[in-house]
Amino acid sequence: MNNNIDWKKYLIVFLITVGLFVCASYLSNYFGNQKINQLKTIQDKIAIDILSSETQFSLLSELSCKNISDSVFSSELGELGNKLAWSQENLGATDEVSYLRKYYSLLQIKDYLLARKISTRCGVKSAFILYFYTTAANCSLCQEESLVLSALRTEYPELRVYSFDYSTDLSAITSMLQIYKIKDTALPALVIDDNVLTGFHDLNDLESRIKESFKLQGTSSSLPAKKN
Amino acid sequence: MTSIFDIIFYILVFLSVYGQVFYFVTFLENRKKIVVRDGIIKLKDYPSVTITVPCWNEETTVERTVQSLLNLNYPQDKLKIFLVDDGSTDNTLNVINEFTAYENIKIFHKENGGKYTAVNLGLKNSETDFFGCLDADSFADRESLVRIMSYFEKDPKVMAVAPSLLVEDPKNIIQNAQKVEYHMGVYLKKMLGFLGAINVTPGPLTIFRKKVFDDLGYYRNGHNTEDMEMAFRMQKNGYKIDHCNDAFVHTNTPQTFRKLFGQRLRWIYGFINNSIDYRDVIFRKKYGNFATFTLPLAAVSVISVSYLFGKMIYNLGNFIYLKIIQYKIIGFSFKLKNFIFDPFFINVQSLVFLSLIISVLVIFGIIFGRKMSKEKKLFSYKMLYFFPVFMVIAPLGLLKGIYNTILQRKPDWRQGVNSNF
Repeated sequence: MNNNIDWKKYLIVFLITVGLFVCASYLSNYFGNQKINQLKTIQDKIAIDILSSETQFSLLSELSCKNISDSVFSSELGELGNKLAWSQENLGATDEVSYLRKYYSLLQIKDYLLARKISTRCGVKSAFILYFYTTAANCSLCQEESLVLSALRTEYPELRVYSFDYSTDLSAITSMLQIYKIKDTALPALVIDDNVLTGFHDLNDLESRIKESFKLQGTSSSLPAKKN
Repeated sequence: MTSIFDIIFYILVFLSVYGQVFYFVTFLENRKKIVVRDGIIKLKDYPSVTITVPCWNEETTVERTVQSLLNLNYPQDKLKIFLVDDGSTDNTLNVINEFTAYENIKIFHKENGGKYTAVNLGLKNSETDFFGCLDADSFADRESLVRIMSYFEKDPKVMAVAPSLLVEDPKNIIQNAQKVEYHMGVYLKKMLGFLGAINVTPGPLTIFRKKVFDDLGYYRNGHNTEDMEMAFRMQKNGYKIDHCNDAFVHTNTPQTFRKLFGQRLRWIYGFINNSIDYRDVIFRKKYGNFATFTLPLAAVSVISVSYLFGKMIYNLGNFIYLKIIQYKIIGFSFKLKNFIFDPFFINVQSLVFLSLIISVLVIFGIIFGRKMSKEKKLFSYKMLYFFPVFMVIAPLGLLKGIYNTILQRKPDWRQGVNSNF
C-alpha cells in the first residue's frame, strides 16, 4: 500500500498555490492601478475642460453668447461618476479611490458653478439638480432616489445631476450642506432651482418640477408611468 | 474592510486551488506511466474470476449487460457469471432465465434487500480468487477484464482494480454533462490511483482479490453507497486499490434532472456519512494520501460548494430585490441605453484570476480524461453542458445531503441506484 506520504510534494504544491495567489493578487493590483490611472486621466481632462470653460467665460464680456455652445460642459463627468462608483464597489474603498471621489466632487461643484454662471449670463436654458445622499448609513431611500434620477437623466440628456456623498470629508461639500441647510437625517435631499427638497420624491413629481423650472424639452413625450 | 466571510471564502478558494494543483503535479510526476493500450493483450496466466450482476428491475438492459460479459476477451471457462435477481417486480427474472443454457452462468433469485445483499449472495457462492460485480445497466468493453487482470499480474500487492467509466450513448444535455464529468473522473481517478488514495470502487466491474472479502468481510449497506464504504474500509486497512484507465465500462446514466439529483444526493449523503463513520482516518498519516488528501479535499468541496451556493442565492435575492424596487419606482423601461463596451468595467479582482486558474486546471483534466478515454475529438461544444448542469446539481445535492444527514433522513436507496458508481 502506498502509505508513504510525500510531504515534500505537499509543501511544493503549497508553495505553488501561494505563488498563484501572489500572481493573482499582483495582476489584480496591476490592473486596478491601470484603472485608477485611467480615472486620473479622465479627471485631468475634465479639469482642463472646466478651466478652459472658465477662461472662455472670463472672455465672455468680449465675446458673444453665441460662441457658448454645449461643448463648454464636460460630457465626461457622468461617465467618470459611473466609473468611480464601480471602482469603489470593485476595487474597494481604498485611499486612492476616496481621493479620486473627493476630486470628482470638487469638479462637480466647479462645473455646476460655471454652468450656472453661463446660464445666468447668456440665458441658456439649463437644468441642474444637486443631489445629496449618503453611503455611510443604510439609506434605502437614497438608493431609490438614485434610480429616479438615473431614469430622468436617460430621458433628458441635457439635465445635469450633481451627486454628493454626505459623508465625504471635504470642506466644499460641508459649505454646500450649510448653504442649503441639509442635515443627514433628511437624506436624500435635492436642490432644484434653489429649492431644497428632502426625502424621497418620485419620478412624476421631479419630472413636473424640472419641466416647470427649466422648461425642458424631453426626448419623448413622457416617461413610463409609475407602477405601484 | 475585510470581513470574516471574505477570509473564510479566500481560505476555501486557496484549498480548492491547492487540490487542483495537487492533481496537476501528480499528473506531471506520473505522466509517463499513463499507458493507453490498443488491441488485444495476453496474460501469462488467466485466473478464474466471478462476476456478479445484481439486478433489480433491469429488464431493458440486463440482457446486453450479460452479453457484454459473454463477449469478454477472457477464457469463458475462467469466467463465472452470477445473475442475481433481487426481487424484481418486472420481467427481469424471465430475461435472465434465458441464460440458463450457459455453463458458466448461474442464476439466483432472492427477495428484495438492496444491491449489497445481492452482491453478497454472489460472494457467498463464489469460489474463485477474484471477484467483481457489474451493474445491470452497464456494459463491459471486450478488452476490459483482461486489462484489469494485467494489473493484478503486474503487482501482487494490488487488491482491487477499478475501470474507467464512460457514459453510454448520451442523448440529452443532462447525459452529455455527465459524459464530460465521467471523462474528468477518468483523469482524477488515475491520479488518485497514483496517490494510493482512491475512495470508490465502482459497482461496474471493479475486480477484487477474494482475499479482501475474506479478510475485511462482505459488503455493507454503507448508507446506500456500498462501493464507497468498501473502498473506505480497504483504505483503512491498507489494501491497495488501483485504476486501470484503459479498461472501459459504459454505463447508463440518469436522463432527467430529477433522477440525476436523486443519484447525486445518494452519493453525497453516502460520502458525508461514510466520512463520519471513518472520521478516525482523517489526517492520520498512517492511512496515506487517502487520509491527508482525498478525504480533506472532498470535505473542502462540500463546504466550498455550500458556501458558494449560499452566496449565489444571496446575490440573486439581492438582484431580484433591486429589480423589484426599480420596477416599483420607475416602472418597466424598455428603452435601451446606448451600450458601449468599455474594458474599464472588466472585473480584475484576484478572485477572477484564481477562478480562471481553477477552470484551466479543470478543463485540462477533462481534456486529458477524453484523451485517456480514446475520445476522437478532444474538444466538443457539448463540454459546455457540464458547467451549468453541475453548477446547479452539485450544490443542491450537497445541501440536501447535509440536511438529510442532520435530520438523519436516508435517501431512498433506489434513487439513481441503477447507475451506481
